[in-house]
Amino acid sequence: MAESTRTGFVGTMTSVVPRIRMPRRLRNLELGLLVFAFAIDVAAEVLVQLGTKGQIDGSLAFYGIALGVLAFGLHITLRFTAPDADPFILPIATVLNGIGIAEIYRIDIHKAASGWDAASVRQIVWTAIAIVCAIVVLVVVRNHRMLQRYTYLSGLLSLVLVFIPLLPVIGTKNESAKVWIQIGPLNFQPGEIAKITLAVFFAGYLVQRRESLAAVGTRFLGVTFPRARDLGPIAVIWLMTLAVILFERDLGTGLLYFGLFLAVIYVATGRTSWALMGVAALVGGAFAVDWLSSVLPKLGYVHGRFENWLHPFSQHQYDSVGGSGQLVQGLFGLAHGGLLGTGLGQGQPYITPVADSDYIVASIGEELGLIGLFAILGLYMIFVARAFRIGFASEDDFGKLLAVGLGFVVALQTFVVIGGITRVIPVTGLTAPFLAAGGSSLVANWVISALLLRLSDTVRNQPRQAS
Amino acid sequence: MNRELKRVSVVVLMMFVALFVASSAIQVGYADALGNDPRNTRAINDSYNVQRGSIIVDGKAIAESRPSDDRYKYQRVYTNGELYSSVTGYLSSVTGAATGIESAMNQELSGTSASDFFTRLKNTFTGKHPQGNSVELTIDPVAQRAAFEALGNLQGSVVVEEVKTGRILAMVSKPDYDPNQLAVHDYSAYLKAYQQLESQDGSPLVNKAITDLNPPGSTFKPVVTSAALSSGKYTKDSTFPNPSSYQLPGTSTVIHNDTGAACSGGSKGKVSIEMAQIWSCNIPFAELGLKVGSDAIKKQAEAYGWGHQFEIPMTVSTSQYPGYDDPAEVAQSAFGQQSDRATALQICMDSAAIANGGVVMEPNLVESVITPDLQKQQQFSPTEYGRATSESVAKTVTQMMVRGVNEGTGTNARINGVSVAGKTGTAQNGEGDPYTLWFTGFAPADNPDIAISVVVEDGGGLGQSGTGNSVAAPIARTVLEAVLNE
Repeated sequence: MAESTRTGFVGTMTSVVPRIRMPRRLRNLELGLLVFAFAIDVAAEVLVQLGTKGQIDGSLAFYGIALGVLAFGLHITLRFTAPDADPFILPIATVLNGIGIAEIYRIDIHKAASGWDAASVRQIVWTAIAIVCAIVVLVVVRNHRMLQRYTYLSGLLSLVLVFIPLLPVIGTKNESAKVWIQIGPLNFQPGEIAKITLAVFFAGYLVQRRESLAAVGTRFLGVTFPRARDLGPIAVIWLMTLAVILFERDLGTGLLYFGLFLAVIYVATGRTSWALMGVAALVGGAFAVDWLSSVLPKLGYVHGRFENWLHPFSQHQYDSVGGSGQLVQGLFGLAHGGLLGTGLGQGQPYITPVADSDYIVASIGEELGLIGLFAILGLYMIFVARAFRIGFASEDDFGKLLAVGLGFVVALQTFVVIGGITRVIPVTGLTAPFLAAGGSSLVANWVISALLLRLSDTVRNQPRQAS
Repeated sequence: MNRELKRVSVVVLMMFVALFVASSAIQVGYADALGNDPRNTRAINDSYNVQRGSIIVDGKAIAESRPSDDRYKYQRVYTNGELYSSVTGYLSSVTGAATGIESAMNQELSGTSASDFFTRLKNTFTGKHPQGNSVELTIDPVAQRAAFEALGNLQGSVVVEEVKTGRILAMVSKPDYDPNQLAVHDYSAYLKAYQQLESQDGSPLVNKAITDLNPPGSTFKPVVTSAALSSGKYTKDSTFPNPSSYQLPGTSTVIHNDTGAACSGGSKGKVSIEMAQIWSCNIPFAELGLKVGSDAIKKQAEAYGWGHQFEIPMTVSTSQYPGYDDPAEVAQSAFGQQSDRATALQICMDSAAIANGGVVMEPNLVESVITPDLQKQQQFSPTEYGRATSESVAKTVTQMMVRGVNEGTGTNARINGVSVAGKTGTAQNGEGDPYTLWFTGFAPADNPDIAISVVVEDGGGLGQSGTGNSVAAPIARTVLEAVLNE
């Protein structure tokens, strides 16, 4: 009898396996990885306490549990709203976010900051807000194609978000770059959110115009230039990037928008010449701006960044205000960490200015060593690879371009931040995704994660073409 | 579009590769260079958190780090600081400056040497606070104290070496200082003490035994004798004209023996090499030097270790016999004048080599390095530097040095019941300047155990009236007696 019951049970299972079993396996994999990610985060917190205080206390336990609950909440949300979503994105975001909090907390302990003054506490609150935003996005955006309807609204919204900090009332000037707004106690960098709205706009716009952009145009000097009416919105974006660099004094964000734009337009049109021209314009523009900066005092900061990059160890550059002191201290920190790192809480990352935001990667590199830094870079690489995988698999062009845009923006931002710290390129003042202290960046990256999860779910559910 | 996406993926991959390469270069490739940048305070700050290892003499710590509750966590304490100051040097917490063993063995003491890699690795995982290794010295406290007390308030140094191994048993430099006053954690107190010591007469912060280069005077004669005997052209009985004054070739300069007369022990206007050394006569050595030649003397001196930079592990000034073309200079260089310059350690090594049958041992101060869990990480083993002379030449020179103490210029070094080999030196520094007074030797001469050199700078306060025998030889005798009676 027992035998027959079991047989019957297995029989029912078998009949539903093709539909249910696959996603459940994905979500179970995600759950396993998420538990692992959360364990790493908790271990990092504990090691920070041991390294700095020599004992464990429960000061962050409540927050840790709250975050765990939220991350698992997102997991549950996925089980219901996007069961076929990619299983790696959420654990990677969780582990990076947690390591970031641990390192910020470590700097807070050195500063003896607590309560709302502690960047780690603010970061935890922001993480909660960010994960809730991600859940909301997953619940509201049931199909990514609905975003295509808001292409031009997204474009307009991008402009508003980018230029809002220039408004006199809510714009604040923070560390010389005018990219912040203040609402009540919260500082917010709307330009971070503009990464997403721009990605949506680029994807939507280029899906409509890619044919005409790719096919129609005037040939000049062996390069096909698009028609003016196709070019219009693109020119607006290009001007916007320039304006960001010029008026908001934010080289990194300007670079990020422009790079995003180049990558998406290249994938959409296949015009290698445009991509190369864009890169040439970027590099040429950078040197032109460097030269111009002797004429335009507004751009003096760009020239300084270049000098810091090329001659960081010169005593003059090291000593001057806005000089290479921070860059060099970051390098010292990384070198001090060496291959294995000093151990969490046992290095001196706090010597480097803004060790918890712009230079958090130098802090982590010092305490976790080259091994830790490689692990972080590896996690970013997998994150971007998952995004591109969605792009490869996506059958609809909008989804493809959106996935590429979102993935590339994370990749480029990682490169620009860590490249600046490791002297691959000049320092530009962006924040490392998920790691660095900063609410707007967290919200933006968690929303990007949510959109990628949504896209991956749709991609798996679409009817596969025989290939 | 997938073709383009593939290319974008390659670009992204290259961006990441650039980051991997750059971070590896910084954290591994250039890590040491960045760590040594004087603007990098991390290593210094770190050293405050490490319980630095002790410096040990005969099982007792002469320098140790004790917990302290200010920002440095540990206070360096020197026991009998003055006695050992020339060996330990000092470590200043407030500036990170260090000298002596504190500097030369810093990596071991702070636990940052390459041998400590796995310990550090283990600490990384266990979260254990790092601790430095202890350094045990070869110093013999009896010899050190005897030398310290015998030298008294004279400016100069004493080195005692074990002839068969090159172990340094005593190394004293005067004036001494108390390293504790430089280890203070209060910056202004440190600065005051440092400036006071810097401006004090006789440069107490300098370890004269390995730093100061003095004209060796007659202590160089055994080297020239070795060169002569080794050439095979001379024996100890080879004779040279024995005038009471001698005009240097090609000059109007006239030199004399210390006595102002012809060399004692000569007969019929001739004097042997043996007698010239026993009575430390300059004129026969000038003649001998000219015969043997500057090149042979230089080669012999270098076989004794001259011209080589030793590390014990502190870096020792290189003793110089530069080699000369002008015959007048060659003649003077043969009795340790001209540009001949030597450290007390080198002169001690000369004697030790003669005592050791002609074999020069590498001098060394560190007996072992002991990890915090009492494992011996490094153990000293005697190392030969090279052979300076044949055993028979060494034996002949020994006999001359024994007679020099028994009946010649070194009588103040005689010890009842023990045969002492020795050579005095009274070196001129310049017109009217105080002499440098030397004694070097070893005992017991028939079965050599320890070699010594004593150098008294600034004429021992006697201007030009002191001699090696009157000032330096008694100091050597006191120290030799103390060590032999142990």
